[in-house]
Amino acid sequence: MDGLLKRVAMLAGLAGWALAGLVVPAQAAPEAAVNLYSARHYDSDKALYQGFTRRTGIRVNLIEGGGDQLIERIKAEGPNSPADVLIAADAGLLWRAQAAGILQPVASPALEQAIPPRFREPGGHWFGLTKRARVLVYSKARVKPAELASYEGLANPRWKGRIVVRSSSNVYNQSLTGALIAAHGEAATEAWARALVANFARPPSGGDRDQIRAVAAGEADVAISNTYYLGQLINSRRPEERAAAAQVAVFFPNQQDRGTHVNISGGGVARHAPNREAAVRFLDYLVTAEAQQVFARGNFEYPIVAGVATDPTIAAFGTFKEDPLDAAVFGRNNEAALKLMDRAGWK
Amino acid sequence: MAQRILQRIVPSAWSTFTAAMALLIAVPVLVVLGQVFVPSGDVWRHLADTVLGDYVRNSLLLMAGVGLGAALIGTGTAWLVTMCRFPGRRWFEWSLLLPLAMPAYVMAYAYADWLQFAGPVQTALRQLTGWRHGDYWFPPLQSPGGAIVVMMLVFYPYVYMLARTAFLEQSVCVLEVSRTLGCGPWRSFATVALPLARPAIAAGVALVMMETLADFGTVQYFAVNTFTTGIYRTWFAMGRPVAAAQLAAALLLFVLAVLLLERWSRGRIRFHHTTDVYRRLPELPLTGMRGALAFLACLLPLALGFLLPAGLLLHLASLQGDALLGPSFFRLAGNSLRLALTTAALAVLISLVIAYGRRLHPTPLLRGAARIAAMGYAIPGTVIAVGVLIPFAAIDNAIDAWARRTLGFSTGLLLSGTTLALVFAYLVRFLAVSSNSIEASLAKIKPSMGEVARTLGYSPGQTMLAVHLPMMRGGMFTAALLVLVDVMKELPATLIVRPFNFDTLAVRVYVLAADERLAEASTAALAIVLVGVVPVLLLSLAIARSRPGYRVAARPAAPGVPPSPAAAAPPAA
Repeated sequence: MDGLLKRVAMLAGLAGWALAGLVVPAQAAPEAAVNLYSARHYDSDKALYQGFTRRTGIRVNLIEGGGDQLIERIKAEGPNSPADVLIAADAGLLWRAQAAGILQPVASPALEQAIPPRFREPGGHWFGLTKRARVLVYSKARVKPAELASYEGLANPRWKGRIVVRSSSNVYNQSLTGALIAAHGEAATEAWARALVANFARPPSGGDRDQIRAVAAGEADVAISNTYYLGQLINSRRPEERAAAAQVAVFFPNQQDRGTHVNISGGGVARHAPNREAAVRFLDYLVTAEAQQVFARGNFEYPIVAGVATDPTIAAFGTFKEDPLDAAVFGRNNEAALKLMDRAGWK
Repeated sequence: MAQRILQRIVPSAWSTFTAAMALLIAVPVLVVLGQVFVPSGDVWRHLADTVLGDYVRNSLLLMAGVGLGAALIGTGTAWLVTMCRFPGRRWFEWSLLLPLAMPAYVMAYAYADWLQFAGPVQTALRQLTGWRHGDYWFPPLQSPGGAIVVMMLVFYPYVYMLARTAFLEQSVCVLEVSRTLGCGPWRSFATVALPLARPAIAAGVALVMMETLADFGTVQYFAVNTFTTGIYRTWFAMGRPVAAAQLAAALLLFVLAVLLLERWSRGRIRFHHTTDVYRRLPELPLTGMRGALAFLACLLPLALGFLLPAGLLLHLASLQGDALLGPSFFRLAGNSLRLALTTAALAVLISLVIAYGRRLHPTPLLRGAARIAAMGYAIPGTVIAVGVLIPFAAIDNAIDAWARRTLGFSTGLLLSGTTLALVFAYLVRFLAVSSNSIEASLAKIKPSMGEVARTLGYSPGQTMLAVHLPMMRGGMFTAALLVLVDVMKELPATLIVRPFNFDTLAVRVYVLAADERLAEASTAALAIVLVGVVPVLLLSLAIARSRPGYRVAARPAAPGVPPSPAAAAPPAA
């Protein structure tokens, strides 16, 4: 009995210690700060936050998470939400955040000057910070670039059993399909998706890197992927990943018509931001040449600001014509795109 | 008279408190389920026309496959290491728990990296044989079957642990009686020990099935569409929270069906132990071929569930480790461990109170509240997390509005985004784990024991402390360990409920793995495994010691107690 009580007391003591340790770091720091909810998870982004603090003396408090879940959190927190800035890795998510009413309009000359109009929301609810192109990655051994032309071309039966792409749960695929809906309408896009699914080399699985590796290994001939995943493979420390990257090349589709699908990662100021001024300063900082350099080098993305050099790895893929479609349009088409892919049997 | 009134008040206070606590834990589940009656328009039509069939089929397939596999592996190995003697047994006793420390999605990544067409295994195979794509068949890991294998290997320790605790708590007498009645060791396993351990095994399998249903990382990576992926797609990609919550409710129907089926098949049978003679269990020596088979049967799940994937992670980490983890490792590990310890302690405490309250006063309200509170385990972590965010923020905002009105200042968000909210989210998610093992352990204690204590003048609380707790130590340790390890691995709720600048090891894994940087993520994944292994070892030791009569058995055998009589027993007709 005594032993038992001692044990219970020990257990309680341990819990107390653990809880005490947990409560301390939760307290907010008194200094000037900007509270950032970010769905970008790149270590190189940490350098950006440090750069901002160095310049302004404003501390960056960070929560990373999935874009959708961060939106849910801000929604639940309501008028007392500590969120100042929301950063998402896809235009569809930014559009959803705006639709959920958790972003506020911002008028900033620095942002408007640096970012081309189609990569920012006209009302100033969100701003693109980097660009990523969704391209075709093909096997150099088995595909001639002349055989490729466009996303639409992948629906041709000649590609039967030769195409890999990840699941339709992935937001990049939803945005791409949303862009095709904007170009051709729902019925034609659904027919395209059906034909594309019929050409899959295997049921969708894994991430973009896995699709590229499947092409390199000969499981398929063409993959749909974002460019920076190939950039990561080319610069990998794993020899087999570098070897795989050497087997494939990038093709920018739809150069003869509307251009390659370009998505953005970007951010906006939260509706109830307690530190609104710091939030705008933070976004302003992210489009300075200094910050755009970090974006470009850190994750092999395309800088949104004209005149900032891309990483040499990405620059080697060449320049290309971009689909001028407003990011807000394919963001809005997201639900229609997902339902259409469901109907087409795109897992 | 006064005493009688007191007697009436005390139990009702206990049961009210218990019901309140169970209801509190049930709030997030209820928040999610509360959406069920809101009309959700044409989404259901779309789902039913396209993907719903897939969701149902795959969820059922996974639940059945993983449940069956984990039951076989868990019970079989638990029996072998508890009741038999063979080479390596002492070692297997604890090491069979190791797969617990491995997050399912990490194992899925590691195996997929290794076994996919472009991976080293198939590449070597092609180089060896000169085959090319389409020339040969290789079992596809990224399929429902692959997901079943991966989850079975990670989840079987739940069954192993509960079954082993049950075997350890079994009185040697029932086994000996069965042996004197002429049952061989295998037959007494099948006809006596196994049925007696059934509540524990069923509890373990129920946990496994719920964990399977709630899994998102593995099925998403393998693109096996289940209810969980459906909930994510419907909620987040389609922006239809109502329809998603309705899917979640449908998911709970599956769980309910499983639980009811088990209960129904059990009927009115109860599983109390009727004798109290505990000695060191007689061990069945397995030698030669049978010893080797037993060794292999234990080695296989350990190797596939832990050694191989840990080796793969180690290899990846050595190729391209996570440079940032080094300096921050102790901070992240400390955060993970603190959260896990706090939650484990609270979960055991709350489960005890609820289980005991239900035993004292099995009212429908209490039973219902406890059932709903335990359902959090089958709901995907993200859904639970949102279910936690909503009521916490609502309370915070109400307090803030009140303070502004009457006191003239703003309190802001008091609870949201604190570790308190996080621990609460964990409790909602993992209470079923501790409840199941504690209830299974309590169910084996016959009511007469408590009744005797009560007639001797003990209050319910005193009875619990003096009589029941000492007999349930094994179950409590099991509960604490399972919750501890689950919290260490937990991701979605941690990610979304946590305070600013508060990282754990699981978050670090996610941040890298979400960007498909598996090699870098492997370092933090290994750290989770490493930190998780310590409590696994400590607690498995505690469980081994928790067997009633352990101390007696450790001393020289008492005079007059003969060694196992089984061998000498005459065969009965």
